[in-house]
Amino acid sequence: MTLRQPPVDHGGAKRTDFGGWEMPVDFDSIRQEHAAVRDAVGKFDVSHMGQVTVSGPDAARLMQRLTTNDVAALDPGEAQYAAITDQAGIMLDDTVVYRLSAADMAEYLFIPNAGHDEQMTEWWTAHRDDWGLDASVTNRTEEFGMVAVQGPDAPDTLAALTDIGLADLGRFSMTSATVAGSEVLVARTGYTGEAGYEVLCPWDETPAVWDALDCQPCGLGARDTLRLEMGFLLSGQDFDPETEPRNPYEAGIGFAVELETDFLGREALEGVHVEGPAEKLTGVVLRERGVPRQGYAVTTPEGDHLGHVTSGTMSPTLGEAIALAYLPADYASEERSVRVTIRDEPKKAHTTTPPFLP
Amino acid sequence: MSFEIPEDCRYLSSHEWAREAGKTVRVGISDFAQDELGDVVFVELPDVGESVEQEGAFAVVESIKAVSDVYAPLSGTVTAVNESVLDSPELLNDDPYGDGWLVDVEPAGESGLDDLLSPAEYREQIE
Repeated sequence: MTLRQPPVDHGGAKRTDFGGWEMPVDFDSIRQEHAAVRDAVGKFDVSHMGQVTVSGPDAARLMQRLTTNDVAALDPGEAQYAAITDQAGIMLDDTVVYRLSAADMAEYLFIPNAGHDEQMTEWWTAHRDDWGLDASVTNRTEEFGMVAVQGPDAPDTLAALTDIGLADLGRFSMTSATVAGSEVLVARTGYTGEAGYEVLCPWDETPAVWDALDCQPCGLGARDTLRLEMGFLLSGQDFDPETEPRNPYEAGIGFAVELETDFLGREALEGVHVEGPAEKLTGVVLRERGVPRQGYAVTTPEGDHLGHVTSGTMSPTLGEAIALAYLPADYASEERSVRVTIRDEPKKAHTTTPPFLP
Repeated sequence: MSFEIPEDCRYLSSHEWAREAGKTVRVGISDFAQDELGDVVFVELPDVGESVEQEGAFAVVESIKAVSDVYAPLSGTVTAVNESVLDSPELLNDDPYGDGWLVDVEPAGESGLDDLLSPAEYREQIE
């Protein structure tokens, strides 16, 4: 299979297949790139993220019925995080839904994860047809590149390239802007826990925006360590309809579920909400040397099986090995002693509530 | 990108080096290997006195992004381990042929040392 290529040529970086895209893993070192974002500013080519737009008389209704958050609460220029669930309440993907302004290309834009754009476009069109709704659904993933600029100095870095007042742009807000001479959409969103923006650029103009941002280029490696320190979910790993079928309450994103709205999977999730999930995605911190990795078993100190790691790494900021694991719900609410099995050896660890950073 | 390949070492194709020093042979991973792995964050070494077998996995090196077995470039008995890489795994990145060494091995009768790649042969493999 031919890998999809981002609009920017990252010839010098190590690259990998990420959701069917050939994306940079690191440019310099994960540690250096990670530190740049925590301490100053870094840029990421996230053109692997999907872009799907929805317009027409029933656009709001279709968005409301296919995402877990309350789309009706969005004013133009606002965005929200949401899960996309099936009838059983199982997460297919997580996404950010943007309500665009009248002058923009469509009424709604949502951002599926790498490699999910085609599947989500089909999911939207199939349900639109089933429900007889009047809305157009367009996969624009290859019309737009996306560049994230993240870190405490991100506002200054981006401000140098645009005439809009970035200070007025609140969290989860979006505006059209000219950046480095290109007409783009700038959203105050990100995946690092730092201040920052995601810039949606016309595909061919993405390299110019990328080049104009004068800061550390960062790859998927740092993107993963940064998001994991915050406990942010990685689609396809911390949840996946095939390999890790989980609902939003198990995955710890109940805040993005609005049960008062009418969406696919709502009835199933109402039950989970009332009962409380049996398992929850829980933070785990190792007390011994080692690195927890996806799939490693988590047990009680006596060796009884509790669950498994979905994401784990050595936290560059903390210098500690951290992980996310689905564990019985009582392990999520208080610090408990557990073991992580690394190459048949039980390593001491304790549970915590993400984010891992203080 | 050009990788350091010291002339006084010989190499296993899986990117380990061996350098003879008197009765023992010092072992580590190559510059190419540390670059491929990226930031090394954890090293697991055998105990002194353990036997290692040429091309057998004897240590584990983990970077932020990957777990990698390390294979012995020769057969023999471990006589010393580099305790400082346990506390400072980044030594493997900073100085793979010096302070980032892993173990010293006393060669067995048939150590296999003669089968290792010369610096020129190893360079050919990675370039």
